[in-house]
Amino acid sequence: MTLLEGKNLTMIFGGLAALDSVDITIEEGEILSLIGPNGAGKTTLFNLITGVYSPTRGSICFKQKEIINMKPYDITKMGIARTFQNIRLFGEMSVLDNVIIGQHCRTRTGVVGAILRTSAVKKEEKKVHDRAMEILNFVGLDNEAAEKAKNLPYGKQRRLELARALATEPDLMLLDEPAAGMNPQETNELIELIGKLNDMGKTVLLIEHDMKLVMGISQRIMVLDYGKKIADGPPEKIRNDEKVIKAYLGDRTRKEVQAC
Amino acid sequence: MFFQQFFAQVMNGLTLGSTYALIALGYTMVYGILELINFAHSEIYMTGAFVGLIMVTVYKLPFAAALLAGMAGSCILGVIIEKVAYRPLRKATRIAPLISAIGVSIFLQNAALLIFGPQARAFPANFNSVSLNFGLVQISSLQLLILVISVLLMVTLHFLIHKTKIGQAMRATAQDKETAQLMGIKIDRVISFTFAIGSALGGAAGVLVGVYFNSADPMMGFFPGLKGFVAAVLGGIGNIPGAMIGGLILGMAEVFGAVYMSQYKDAIAFAVLILILLFKPTGLMGQRIQEKV
Amino acid sequence: MRMNYYLQVLTVLGINIILAVSLNLISGYTGQLSLGHATFMGIGAYTATLLTLKLHVPFLLSLIFGAAVAALFGFIIGVPTLRLKGDYLAIATLGFGEIMKNILLNMKITGGPMGLRGIPKVTNIYIVAVAVVIVIFSLNRIMISRVGKSFIAIREDELAAEAMGINTTNYKILAFVIGAFYAGIAGGLYAFLFRYINPNNFGFMKSIEILCMVVLGGMGNTAGAILGAALLTVLPEFLRSVSPVISQYRMVFYGLLLVIMMIVRPQGLLSGTSFYPRYPRRLSVEKSAGKGGQ
Repeated sequence: MTLLEGKNLTMIFGGLAALDSVDITIEEGEILSLIGPNGAGKTTLFNLITGVYSPTRGSICFKQKEIINMKPYDITKMGIARTFQNIRLFGEMSVLDNVIIGQHCRTRTGVVGAILRTSAVKKEEKKVHDRAMEILNFVGLDNEAAEKAKNLPYGKQRRLELARALATEPDLMLLDEPAAGMNPQETNELIELIGKLNDMGKTVLLIEHDMKLVMGISQRIMVLDYGKKIADGPPEKIRNDEKVIKAYLGDRTRKEVQAC
Repeated sequence: MFFQQFFAQVMNGLTLGSTYALIALGYTMVYGILELINFAHSEIYMTGAFVGLIMVTVYKLPFAAALLAGMAGSCILGVIIEKVAYRPLRKATRIAPLISAIGVSIFLQNAALLIFGPQARAFPANFNSVSLNFGLVQISSLQLLILVISVLLMVTLHFLIHKTKIGQAMRATAQDKETAQLMGIKIDRVISFTFAIGSALGGAAGVLVGVYFNSADPMMGFFPGLKGFVAAVLGGIGNIPGAMIGGLILGMAEVFGAVYMSQYKDAIAFAVLILILLFKPTGLMGQRIQEKV
Repeated sequence: MRMNYYLQVLTVLGINIILAVSLNLISGYTGQLSLGHATFMGIGAYTATLLTLKLHVPFLLSLIFGAAVAALFGFIIGVPTLRLKGDYLAIATLGFGEIMKNILLNMKITGGPMGLRGIPKVTNIYIVAVAVVIVIFSLNRIMISRVGKSFIAIREDELAAEAMGINTTNYKILAFVIGAFYAGIAGGLYAFLFRYINPNNFGFMKSIEILCMVVLGGMGNTAGAILGAALLTVLPEFLRSVSPVISQYRMVFYGLLLVIMMIVRPQGLLSGTSFYPRYPRRLSVEKSAGKGGQ
């Protein structure tokens, strides 16, 4: 079943098309990777899906509902979560609180409830707290729960971003270069983690430059170049696609690769 | 008769507006480069007026010398403020330089109060203002002088920014500080220069307004400073032609608004501000800037 | 006589503590710089005073109603301005304060520049103490809750906060409304303490004084705001007793203080100890960390 369908998506910044008439479909339960050279429009597509930008043209339906012009927080509530390419954690807050904040849209305590601390509020607080610890345990950060987020090493910050996104109880997770800056071991752990997320029933849309990661876990790959979609299909097909090799690796590199 | 009054008000609006435009330029230039609202700009303006006043009353210098001295005084003050209160905070959180700027403003205002006392002083122009008649349009020579000087300063600024090397460096730095630095631009110098120019324009406005209303006092910067900022926002903050147009529109709005509700004259600017914020937060000539994600 | 003087200083201190912690909620925790906090104090003071003087409403009711009206104004000014970046907010709150002062100076019912006289003296140290306790208690409860964490998240990264499902505009307005409510209480207490109010009591300079308390003690730290309020209430009194001339330099000192604090110690005197109120003990991190591990 189709979970998300974007049609004819076009985004123009100051006369330049960052995205040009791109169609995207995401099937429920799949891991779809978005690849392409820098500036191909991958992150722009993320920003359109999560409501950070409104597209110049086009439509996006999520669970059969139009989400263009919806605010980012409403889109999150509908079940789309994201991580950021340049990590954007709440640095001064604890690791635990970062994940607790992630559950914001699934909880309801208001000001009056907070002041009175009714039993319902306490119950919700406990639930949120336990769930946050569960998620931290899942990504392997439970020992750092009390640490300030900004004090975590880089790789762990990336995992915390993932944990925070997971806390919003999404159906679709948008991961923007989650392996950037990770060492090979951390990358392997990440691959395992994304696989586990997928097993849990989460649909994943992934932007990544690490080809080993992309080829390893994607069920389907979509390739963008200069804001246009140039290929869409299973990894083995993408690997041998002339247009993709030309765009992504460049002519010269390709010759070098073939020479090897 | 109606037309005569109407044109007289238009001239008042243009005169006032051109001084707001001069002040607005200082805000907009600094904001364009540092993304900082230089709260101390209203005190830079006040300082210009007092330096000019001292030249005229104590040293009995002619108006032109007072204007240049006022600009020089404000220019030096602006550069010092940037070095002392803003430069150390360039890598701090966004709120820190803003608070520092407010601190500088409060400090200068109250220091001036202690030095000069709260009462307003007369600021004689040292020349006789005559009324010039152009058919329907009547204008005092003082108004004409203020308009001419303002226009000259703005034309000079335009030339400076678009035709000189330092102007090019300023535009580059405003676009992207890091890249400008990589291209060999010394951005510290560019920022100092921006403060120097913006402050000199503010100082000129101080002298012109002081002479126009024949008065200067330590609190004189408060409202014109705020209004200059509103003018900058109205035109699109960071946009230099926008600041000029914003200043003129605001001056007109205030002069014509005051006809109907004089006791709320100072509130008009804020009403304008709230309206822009609600309906066109990027200002008349500003571009939509989207945050990089 | 001397005892009375000390009590008076302590009472003023209590009012200043309420002002400082409420501004700290807006500017320290939520990261929205407001330069018009004294305006909300003034709205609370005028509303409570007028209710008592003209309609003979009892003190407590006037106080609460004054705070509610201040909160309403917090909402009215917050809606148009909080959609925008913090710098605009700073100017807009400043401008709003000046408009309010303009209105107070021109209205008949508020006594114009003469202000309002003959307010009964009700406020005393006990009433202020109770108010301080209630304000700090409720503020702490808010800050450990989902609502308070959302405030801090907005300060840390507004875009990420939105991505977490936080309606950032609404929460910023909420912080503004709560802060204005507390400031309104402080204003009411002030009016019933000094028995005379005029528009200049609640001008820009008062807003700056409150900001100085927060910046000095520590932005985003309730204990810091209390310390800042204490220092800036007691210190001027002390200096005045030493030499009356020095008190003339107070505002010059405040200006310098803001600049120096930003350069030398932007996090304030107290920061680095605890950033925001601790967890309720039952939910302490260590305890559940043990429980959560498999």
